[in-house]
Amino acid sequence: MGLSASALAGAQPKDATEAEIEKYRQMLQDGNPAELVSLKGEGLWKKKQGPNQVSLESCDLGLGPGVVRGANAQLPRYFADSDAVMDLETRIVFCKVMIQGLERDKVIARPYSGAGQSATDLEALVAYVVEESRGMKINVPQQHLKEKEAFARGEKIFYFRAGPYDFSCASCHAVDNQRIRLQGLPNLTKTEPAQKAFASWPAYRVSQGALRTMQWRIYDCFRQQRFPELKYLSPAAVDLITYLGVRANGGVMETPSIKR
Amino acid sequence: MKAIRQITFAGIFGVILSACAMLPDGPSNESITQLMKQSFAERGSAKLDRLDQSELQRVCSDYTGKEVPKAVKEKLEQAALASVKYPADGKYLGDFSRGERIAQSGIGMQFSDAPGTVAGGNCYACHQISKQELAYGNIGPTLYNYGKLRGDSEAILKYTWARIYNAHAFNACNSMPRFGAAGILTEAQMKDVMALLLDPKSPVNQ
Repeated sequence: MGLSASALAGAQPKDATEAEIEKYRQMLQDGNPAELVSLKGEGLWKKKQGPNQVSLESCDLGLGPGVVRGANAQLPRYFADSDAVMDLETRIVFCKVMIQGLERDKVIARPYSGAGQSATDLEALVAYVVEESRGMKINVPQQHLKEKEAFARGEKIFYFRAGPYDFSCASCHAVDNQRIRLQGLPNLTKTEPAQKAFASWPAYRVSQGALRTMQWRIYDCFRQQRFPELKYLSPAAVDLITYLGVRANGGVMETPSIKR
Repeated sequence: MKAIRQITFAGIFGVILSACAMLPDGPSNESITQLMKQSFAERGSAKLDRLDQSELQRVCSDYTGKEVPKAVKEKLEQAALASVKYPADGKYLGDFSRGERIAQSGIGMQFSDAPGTVAGGNCYACHQISKQELAYGNIGPTLYNYGKLRGDSEAILKYTWARIYNAHAFNACNSMPRFGAAGILTEAQMKDVMALLLDPKSPVNQ
C-alpha cells in the first residue's frame, strides 16, 4: 500500500510498532461499524421530519440541491444563500432549520454521543454524507473572497499559542515523525500527511465505540490544548476546518475511516 | 527631470499600494483573539481569559517554524529566567516514586477535569524517562540517565529546576509548558519530578 510504504519511508527501527499498528488498522477496515451509522443516517436524510414534514433530499451541500455524492470532498465552501463559508456540519444544521423548519438550538443541543451510546442524528447524517464522498478527490475551493479569508484566519488559529500550556495546533502537528506517547502525530504543514489526516475524518473510534465528526476532532484537540470548550459550529472551527481542508487538496477521501 | 522622477515615484508607490490592497497582511492578532473568544465557552477551570495571549505566546505564535530574531529571543529568555522562583528552603529533590506518578499523569486543567483536580506533568507524553516505560513520546529529548550523566551539583540542580519552571529561559519558543511559571505543578510536585531525574536512587539513573 502507498500509505504504509510512505509511513515506513522515514523509518527508524521502532517503526516496526507503527507497521503493526497499520496492520491492525487494515484489519479493522473489514468491519467498520460506521457503516451501520451511515445506514441510519441515510434513513434520516430521506425521512420527512420537522414542522414542514419534508426530507433533507433537497438540501444543497454545494454541488446543487439533492446532490450528496462527492459533496463533502468539496467542503467547507461559500454558500450564497447564507453568505457564509460552511463546513458539512454547519450545512446539515442549516438545512434542517431552513428546509425542515426545526429550531436551531434544539438541533444542535447534543451534537456528540457519549462513549458507547448510539450515534446522534447529526453524527448519523454526517456518516451518511461522508460515505458518499469516499474515494473522491479533496477539492476545497478557494475562489470566493470569504473562502480565502476563512483560510487565512484558519492558518492563524493553527499557530495560535495560548492557555496555561502555551499550546497551538502546531505544537503537535508541525514536525515530522513526532509522537505523544505511542500516538503518531501527522505533520499537518506538509501536503501528504495533511491529506491523509483530513481524508480520514470523520472516523469511527473503536476505543470510544462512536462515530466522531470533524467538529468533534477539532473540539477534542482544543480540550487537550487546555483551551476553553469549543462551541459547536463556531467560526473558529469552520475556519480551521477550511484551512486543513485546503491544505489537503488533492488527497482522496477515506471517510468514514476507523481508528483505534 | 525632477518632475519626471516624482511621477515615477508616484507610479511605483501606486503599484506597491495596490499590491498591498490585493494581498493584505492577513488577519490581525487582535481580530483572531476576538474570533477565538466568540468561538469558545467557559467550562470548569477553563475560562475565556486563557485566549488572551501573553507577549511570549504572541511572539512564539508568529515565529512558529521560523527563526526568532536573536534580539527578540534574548529578551524572551531573560524575562523567562527572571520568572523562575527557586525553592525557598533550598531543597531541590523530593520523592522520585511520587515524581514517577506525576510524570505518568496527563490530567489537569482541561475543561473536562473537575476544577481543583491536581494536574500531572505528563512528562512521558514527550520524553523517554525511565527504561521501564515504553510508551513515551519523542517531542522532547530523552531524559533517561539524566542525573547519571550530569551529576547533582548545585549548578545542575538550579538549571534543571529553571528548565522545568520555565523552559523558555534557555530556548525561547520551544514547545514545553512552563510547569512552574504557569502554575501547572506545585513546588512540592516539581521537587518530586526533580528527584525522578536527579536522585541517584531513581530508576532513571540505574
